[in-house]
Amino acid sequence: MSIRTEPVTINLGPQHPSTHGVFRLRVTFDGETVVDIDPVFGYMHRGTEKLAETRSYVQIVTLTDRLDWVSSMSNNLAYVRAVESLSNIEVPERAQFLRVITAELQRIASHLMATGFLVNDMGAFATPLMYCFRERERILDLFEILCGARITLSYMRPGGVFQDAPKEFWSVLDNLMKEIPGYIDELEGLVTTNEIVLARSKNVGVLTAEQAINGSLTGPMLRASSVNWDIRKSNPYEVYDKLKFDIPVGFNGDVFDRYIVRIQEMRQSLKIISQCIDMIPEGPIRTETPFNIRPPVGDTYSSVEAPKGELGFYLVSDQSIAPYRCKIRSPSFINLSLLREMLIGWKMADLIVILGSIDFVMGEVDR
Amino acid sequence: MMCEQTQGILNFCRVHSIYEYILPDWLSSITYLITAITFGLIVINMIIMATALYTWFERRTLARFQSRLGPNRWGPFGLLQPIADVIKAITKEDTVPESADKIVFNLAPVLLLTTTLLVIIVIPLGPNSFMGSLNVGVIFIIGITSINTIAIFMGGWASRNKYAMFGAMRSVAMLITYEIPMGISIVGILLLSHSMALSEIVMSQKIPFFIVQPLGFFVFFAASMAEISRTPFDQIEAESELGAGFHTEYSGIKFAIITLAEFMAPIVSGIIITTLYLGGFKGPSFLPAEFWFLVKVFIVIFGMLWIRATWPRLRIDQIMGFAWKILFGLGLFNLFSIAIEIIILQDSITGIISTVDYWLMAGINWGFAIVLFFVITQMTGNKNKEYIKRSYEVNTIK
Amino acid sequence: MYGLGLLKGLLVTMKNLVFPSRMFTTHQYPDRKISPLGLSKLENKNIISFFVSNPSKFIRSLLGLISVDDKFPQSPRFRGQEFTWYEQRCTGCASCAKYCPLGIIKIVTSPSGESIPEGQKYSIDVFDIDIGRCMFCGLCVEACPYDALHMGSGFEEATYQRENLVIDIDRLKSAPKKPSTWFRPQLEEVGYDPKSGDEITWEQIGRHQRPSVSEQEDNWVNR
Repeated sequence: MSIRTEPVTINLGPQHPSTHGVFRLRVTFDGETVVDIDPVFGYMHRGTEKLAETRSYVQIVTLTDRLDWVSSMSNNLAYVRAVESLSNIEVPERAQFLRVITAELQRIASHLMATGFLVNDMGAFATPLMYCFRERERILDLFEILCGARITLSYMRPGGVFQDAPKEFWSVLDNLMKEIPGYIDELEGLVTTNEIVLARSKNVGVLTAEQAINGSLTGPMLRASSVNWDIRKSNPYEVYDKLKFDIPVGFNGDVFDRYIVRIQEMRQSLKIISQCIDMIPEGPIRTETPFNIRPPVGDTYSSVEAPKGELGFYLVSDQSIAPYRCKIRSPSFINLSLLREMLIGWKMADLIVILGSIDFVMGEVDR
Repeated sequence: MMCEQTQGILNFCRVHSIYEYILPDWLSSITYLITAITFGLIVINMIIMATALYTWFERRTLARFQSRLGPNRWGPFGLLQPIADVIKAITKEDTVPESADKIVFNLAPVLLLTTTLLVIIVIPLGPNSFMGSLNVGVIFIIGITSINTIAIFMGGWASRNKYAMFGAMRSVAMLITYEIPMGISIVGILLLSHSMALSEIVMSQKIPFFIVQPLGFFVFFAASMAEISRTPFDQIEAESELGAGFHTEYSGIKFAIITLAEFMAPIVSGIIITTLYLGGFKGPSFLPAEFWFLVKVFIVIFGMLWIRATWPRLRIDQIMGFAWKILFGLGLFNLFSIAIEIIILQDSITGIISTVDYWLMAGINWGFAIVLFFVITQMTGNKNKEYIKRSYEVNTIK
Repeated sequence: MYGLGLLKGLLVTMKNLVFPSRMFTTHQYPDRKISPLGLSKLENKNIISFFVSNPSKFIRSLLGLISVDDKFPQSPRFRGQEFTWYEQRCTGCASCAKYCPLGIIKIVTSPSGESIPEGQKYSIDVFDIDIGRCMFCGLCVEACPYDALHMGSGFEEATYQRENLVIDIDRLKSAPKKPSTWFRPQLEEVGYDPKSGDEITWEQIGRHQRPSVSEQEDNWVNR
């Protein structure tokens, strides 16, 4: 004799404490198990790609800041590289090193935030979240010394970086390099060996390598499913081919692996930054380009390894001061395309944890 | 005259004699009642003020755990913050859903608060200060705390809201599951103390019972943390999940009463744990016994707060698995070992167990506890260690 | 081993509670309550001599009734909300208005005479910056060729009505001139800090030296 149950549809609405941003999910539950989902997004659509058609190439840098507002250096870097490859501008070496340093710092900040919110979704009452944010504050203070703002940075320009780092930047950065490894170890001691975290995240939300490749996932989600792919190693850009670092790869593809991959990436970023600090030369930081740059007619696609995945810009230019078309390949939007495979069959509490481990930002998903 | 019957409650006798002095003669038949009402009011006020202070303490300590400050604007060190919270809760609109069952809806918070307060009756706060000495004190406590379950279900049912129903049903399932380990560990105490009255249990703790029965203490502590729905067992009122549990539809003063009952529960639970396992009010005699009672309650409450600040929460099926597999098994094991030890060590004529025998039992039980700990961890822990180690591999792409 | 990871987590949290270096990484703005120890440090006295000299203040600060202003640490490059504008340097070229991605700068100029001789500039009638919609990106500051417009360093511009958020030319003229060092390397070389430094005049702010009359003649007359 089996009990007759009825599925019930619930709206995990756009305003919710645990969906990261305005993301609506209509879930059908049968008891505790998820049977069907129907995601709805578009609540944050601001028309970035259309606005980019009426702004000049330097003004679009401020638009790209606001795509993935957690990691704005990477967004700037992706866009600026696209413009440079359209107009064949050479970037001086000091600027390249500065770009790599800031991009890796931004990666640490973004992964700290992702990890903090993942453990917060598991219910740890904000303690690991506050520890992560305390460390992220130090990185944001560093950015304030460098470019005057903390989150929407607009630090890069086509041709280089717009202003050199002041002297106190290097001393504060050295301080940070000494102290952050200890804090990451402490965070790991609090979270990684915790049995409750393991019980909540082991074998939850598993994605096989084949599913991940077929769904064009990129970033830590792909590497957690044991696929060896990182743009910094396969198509190196800036000075990544001169640096020695490893790529962490998981083996199971569940929530715990994604968390471990992010923690390991933070450590590798520290390694990269300390190599860059040793290797950075003196020199100019920006090649002279006209204010309203007019690239020759053509199109290009260039991508970087943002903390969330592969962020790419496809620019089409018709030799005016604004691009003809600017298409953004945002990693969070593509990572969300496999929601059905990831969520159906799991329980209600796992839903929140899996959404937290995908680490999407609505600014990128809706643009 | 009535005072001699209630022997040993000195404070009650003093107040009774004061009232006899003040009140006119024609009220003399109900002087006892008036004294009892006075004491009741004093104790209830004390507990509610203690709860208000505890809300301040919890917010401030949790903030310090997280390297930030807690409330520090209202009053010195933020001590008037509970008053600010109460004012905020009172001035909100008290909504009742239109299709809700009004009587049950209004009664649920009151029932929740009442059952939590009623436990204080039987607790001995000192050798001469207790409100009433029932000789079935332990059963009274277990019975009263079970009405909490009904109150939660009433709140969820009367709201006519499917999210509240979800929360209430899961909560009821969890609460009735966790009453069984609580009961089993209490039986382990009753075997040693030969009586169900709480003052007798305190008196018979020549060494505190958490040394004699570590497994029983662990089981009771975990079960009582689940009964009051605190992390790691607070799945039912997790705000980052769907809705807010059974109190979704409450607002205003009713919500304040529910919050008060929720914050009173750890204090009351700490009081019960202190009385049953930590020796109640016993302590060195250079300070009054009530002081030692408060110190022990504070230690238990701080332990619960520390756990809440550190660990995430378990999923609901993992909570049920924990109760049925681990706590139930450990509780039964504890019961059997205590029973066998009592039969072996008991003085065959008088039935008294001496202090030396207590220490012997403590040694044996701790040995059992450590062995079981190692056995369980070896069985379940190796897979975790391998899992973590494998996850740390890093590859380099050429 | 099972269970030990949980205990390790408890130890980490206790470490963060107890060690004083982990506590209080928060800044309380605009004022913070101060303890007797902090007050005695502020007045450079021993705590016992502070108690003896001013017992009522000691007791009041023990009760948490005394608060001091808390300065929020800021770097000199902070892109603040008020703008610093030198009208002697501004020529009304409106590069900043053209370059703003949002188009919030409004400049209306009129010629100063019938025909403008060499070296003269437009007279500026309206110069509005709408900080209700500004995103403080600093592109206007980057665009100014004469170093006339600079970012400020404050963030307390809240008003009760949205219309009051427009900075007009009178306010720009009369505001204290403490520019932020964003995109101004000439200020950074002298180590200027807008929060604690003095005001800078319009002759000192420029990146380029003002050319002398003979140099100008070389450039424009004798070419």
